[in-house]
Amino acid sequence: MLKQNNSMSDPVIRFKDVSKRFRRRDGRGDFVAVDRLSFEIGKGEIVAVLGKTGCGKSTMFNIVAGLIEPSSGEARVIGHDPFREFAFFRGKIGIVFQNDRLMPWRSALDNVRLGLQILDTDAGQANETARQWLMRLGLSGHENDYPHALSGGMRQRVSIARAFAVDPEILLCDEPFSSLDEMTARDLRAEFVRLVRQNNKTAVFITHQINEAMEIGDRVLVFHHPARIAYETRLDAATTEDARRKVHEDIMRVLSVEQAPT
Amino acid sequence: MTNSRTMRVLQAAAGMVVLAAGWQILSYVFPHYLFPPVPEIISRTIEVLITGSLLVDVLLTAGRIFGGLFGAFILGSILALVIGQSKTAENFIAPVLTFFQGIPALSWVVFAIIWFHGIEFRVLFIMVMTTLPAFTFQILDAFRSMSKDLFEMTMAFRPSRWTLFRFLIVPTIVPGILTAWKVNLGNAARVVVVAELVGATGGVGYQLLRQQQLFDMAGAMAWTLQLVLFVLVVQQTINAIENWALRYRAVSERAM
Repeated sequence: MLKQNNSMSDPVIRFKDVSKRFRRRDGRGDFVAVDRLSFEIGKGEIVAVLGKTGCGKSTMFNIVAGLIEPSSGEARVIGHDPFREFAFFRGKIGIVFQNDRLMPWRSALDNVRLGLQILDTDAGQANETARQWLMRLGLSGHENDYPHALSGGMRQRVSIARAFAVDPEILLCDEPFSSLDEMTARDLRAEFVRLVRQNNKTAVFITHQINEAMEIGDRVLVFHHPARIAYETRLDAATTEDARRKVHEDIMRVLSVEQAPT
Repeated sequence: MTNSRTMRVLQAAAGMVVLAAGWQILSYVFPHYLFPPVPEIISRTIEVLITGSLLVDVLLTAGRIFGGLFGAFILGSILALVIGQSKTAENFIAPVLTFFQGIPALSWVVFAIIWFHGIEFRVLFIMVMTTLPAFTFQILDAFRSMSKDLFEMTMAFRPSRWTLFRFLIVPTIVPGILTAWKVNLGNAARVVVVAELVGATGGVGYQLLRQQQLFDMAGAMAWTLQLVLFVLVVQQTINAIENWALRYRAVSERAM
């Protein structure tokens, strides 16, 4: 096990003392989802973010995606503010969500083409790119199928193809395989890592499964509630089985002492 | 699937046959000026359809219905989008539309006759005012039912407002728009007759007034059927558009 503090000169994603508070609906003050969170992610890294349900992982995810604004602190993605400089990130971030979020009125091909159409890519080229991504994800022959005609695994493949098709610099994944059976999830995980490495992407992968985090991440960040880093480790091909077991135990220990979200 | 559709058509036809048979029996019991025989009604209905000078009145009414519905649809869509974007606009506009909804169609007819001179403008005004609230609220409901998940997914690609409208908002509200058209069509067909009955010199409503003055029940039925046929044809057209536009929806093999 390696407890590391990664300092890098030009991080792709940088959080510095980022906090996010939401007003409680019942008027009992604020709910703190992210608490002075700081970390950096370098180019080409796959970082798995691990934590219990409700620990603020998805809030952090939405801040990186530019869908919500931090209450305080500084979030930078490729050196820019993802919320305030929203348009700058056109085509730079690809997202795979927990559920596939396919548009039911679009065929598989049209769903993959969506991002390309938004980016005003030439129609012919968009078509070709979408077809290629469907083929790479084993969905040739299903181009014209509507989402309701596809299985859960196939739909999630389409959503992965949609994220990759725009050739983003950063891929954000929010528990994308959590609703799939273990066999399908394992296949898709392997496929996902292969595609990220092959295309030299930076990826943030949120999960609540320790094994999944260790299988996917070059680095694993374990979040406390409210979201701040409780534990961090780096894993690679050279990490031995014994070291992996130790990491697993350490993560279990960290998660078990963590306070339940309120 | 084909068998169940055939069965549905047969059941619908059987209902109409029973209704016609009942009417025919009444025509034997009562004088014909009260209950004219079914063949006479059918022959008068066909006469309207094949006589150019009479068909013009049907087309005039159809044009008024479409004009009113299109006007209310365009205005209602704009209002729905404005309300959907701003809580202040909703607080301002929604109570007014609710107030309008409570005004009877006949009151709008009276207002139009007092306020305006032109017949066509009167009818258009009445049609728009009576169908506008329903169009607005139905389109607004469709807009508000837009999936937050799909919205966030689309926003992640950073679309322009126009692109968001084209790729997400329009497909989301299409089912609501089609339902609004179906609901308002029947409403508009009823209102247009009232408007024509009181203040027009042509159209189905005007012709109905003439049949009443002539005490011609077969004529009244023939003109009424023109409107019913028109609504049926347009409803079927909207259904066909709906089936095409919503073809992506999964259909269960098991009937309810």
